[in-house]
Amino acid sequence: MTARTETSKRRPNVAALVIAAFLVVIAVVMLFDAARLADMGGYSGVGPASFPGVVAFALIGLAAWTVYDGIFGDFPAPEPQRVAPVVWIIIGLMLQLLLLNVAGFSIATGLMFACAARAFGKRNLALSIPIGIALSFAVWAVFSQILMLNLPTGPLEHLFVAGR
Amino acid sequence: MDAFYFLMDGLATAAQPMLLVYALIGVTLGTAVGVLPGIGPALTVALLLPVTYRLDPTGSLIMFAGIYYGGMYGGSTTSILLNTPGESASIITALEGNKMARKGRGGPALATAAIGSFVAGLIATLALAFLAPWIVKVALIFGPREYFALMVLAFVTVSAAFGDSTLRGLVSLFLGLALACIGIDQLSGQARLSFGVPEMLDGIEVTTLAVAMFAIGEAMAVAGRVGTEDDSVIAVKGSVWMSREDWKRSWKPWLRGTATGFPIGAMPAGGAEIGTFLSYATEKKLTKHPEEFGHGAIEGVAGPEAANNASAAGTLVPLLTLGLPTTATAAIMLAGFQQFGLQPGPLLFATNPTLVWGLIASLLIANAMLLVLNLPLIGLWVKLLTIPKPWLYAGILLFATLGTIGANPSSVELGMLLAFGVLGYVMRLYGYPIAPIVIGLILGPMAEQQLRRALSISQGDWTTLIQSPVAAGLLAVAALALIIPMILRARGKGAVLSQMAADED
Repeated sequence: MTARTETSKRRPNVAALVIAAFLVVIAVVMLFDAARLADMGGYSGVGPASFPGVVAFALIGLAAWTVYDGIFGDFPAPEPQRVAPVVWIIIGLMLQLLLLNVAGFSIATGLMFACAARAFGKRNLALSIPIGIALSFAVWAVFSQILMLNLPTGPLEHLFVAGR
Repeated sequence: MDAFYFLMDGLATAAQPMLLVYALIGVTLGTAVGVLPGIGPALTVALLLPVTYRLDPTGSLIMFAGIYYGGMYGGSTTSILLNTPGESASIITALEGNKMARKGRGGPALATAAIGSFVAGLIATLALAFLAPWIVKVALIFGPREYFALMVLAFVTVSAAFGDSTLRGLVSLFLGLALACIGIDQLSGQARLSFGVPEMLDGIEVTTLAVAMFAIGEAMAVAGRVGTEDDSVIAVKGSVWMSREDWKRSWKPWLRGTATGFPIGAMPAGGAEIGTFLSYATEKKLTKHPEEFGHGAIEGVAGPEAANNASAAGTLVPLLTLGLPTTATAAIMLAGFQQFGLQPGPLLFATNPTLVWGLIASLLIANAMLLVLNLPLIGLWVKLLTIPKPWLYAGILLFATLGTIGANPSSVELGMLLAFGVLGYVMRLYGYPIAPIVIGLILGPMAEQQLRRALSISQGDWTTLIQSPVAAGLLAVAALALIIPMILRARGKGAVLSQMAADED
């Protein structure tokens, strides 16, 4: 998916450095957490802290390798991206996350649906929000009433079933 | 002839009306998701896991296997008519199949893909049935160190052996292993990396990670892509039936494709893509019509399609007999087994033969159903390709979040879904493969447990890992699978490997 553009320039690839830093941060967090654990090695000498320790050191090694690739040029440059659609999807998911237990499944998911459709070019929210809520409500009805899935309810769902 | 007897028993199980319904639902869903771009079998099974909590285990697993097989069939339709592979194992099919469709031979291309898939599925499922008892017998003598070595081999082949970078494969794998550490340690009961958040004590759900990576990360990647692709659907003109000449040119590639695909799927060597690639290369070499290759040669559709279905059946061999998933879909199916408290492996054949053999036999039935679904009803599936993108992806996200909310309606779980979705998007952006992180998360705890058991038995002596010939051999193969591709890439021969990248299914 990612087109590989060979860059021979010796300027460190910023993305590679950021990714390497991200890996090191994860490794450090793991090492701190492992140090906190009582290492009951038992017969094996290998306890609960050993495996996270090994993974953490491997991540640090891979971070170093990433930095090397970033500087000496074998790191792929990503295709140019349009930021707005991706942000719309994130906004939609965050709305759903925040509203889910307040407004219920249908309204929260309907708004997410409309934001996602917006990301792919359906800009008319006055159309896509009602469609989203109606579709989510239908899904809610099928999955919570027939397949007995425990989905959060809100004002809309309470019109049809007694609220808990 | 034990296998034959068990298979007959399994057929009797699988022919129960309820289980036939499950199989039918599975293959129908599987074909649909195979046809739709942007949603594959791994994601579909992950989405269905929470829905099947309360259903019958045998039926649910039959449905999952049906989805896997169906996805392999459906993917070819998209490749041929749209030139956008519906799932990653169909990339090769798009090469010749789409050219055939452009020349007005879309019908025979679809037919040779469907019949080839049927032939391959039939032979490979029978091979699975007869091979499985043998591997189970061998696996019974495996101890913790052999299992650990086997898992190391799976880690290497999934992450580093194929694809375009050893580094990026390993980073993806170790991120999965790091996520696998979160939660309560299985042997000592201590909480690791949970930071006092109660939801994290149970660890990261495989389904949450898979849904985030495959649905949300993918949706973001598609939405963010600049430029429009040529995604006009080519109408199927003329008859879908193959001429006598088409049959004559197809049957050998079907058999060769099956013979290539099955062993590759059965070895812990990654996804179905590798088999399709090898099959395509073989057919190109053996064909009597070399001038047609690149312009719509029927052999180039028949062989790879057979190979891709055969390796789908092949991946079930390590999954059922050893409990070892080698593709993302197999990993999610393993999560499906675990959801019902079942652990695939040699013991399952002894403790629950009805389920295992029912599942294997149902694959034969599913395969026959798929032939019917995909040949006469092809027009129906083509209509799926005309769903506008905004509604399609908004719908995918709706069902993706539905699955997570259904499993655990907490804000923490949805927050993780969003965070992993963004991670999946960034990984796609920079060419990191997705399958290794999923496999790392599901196999990580198992590998750790086996390693610690092996070392407990040897009282902390690490040389125990290479003292058994089987374990030493497996570790040696793993080392070779790591080193040889690195040398090939360093010498500039990496292009072949990156084409063979096992990504999604």
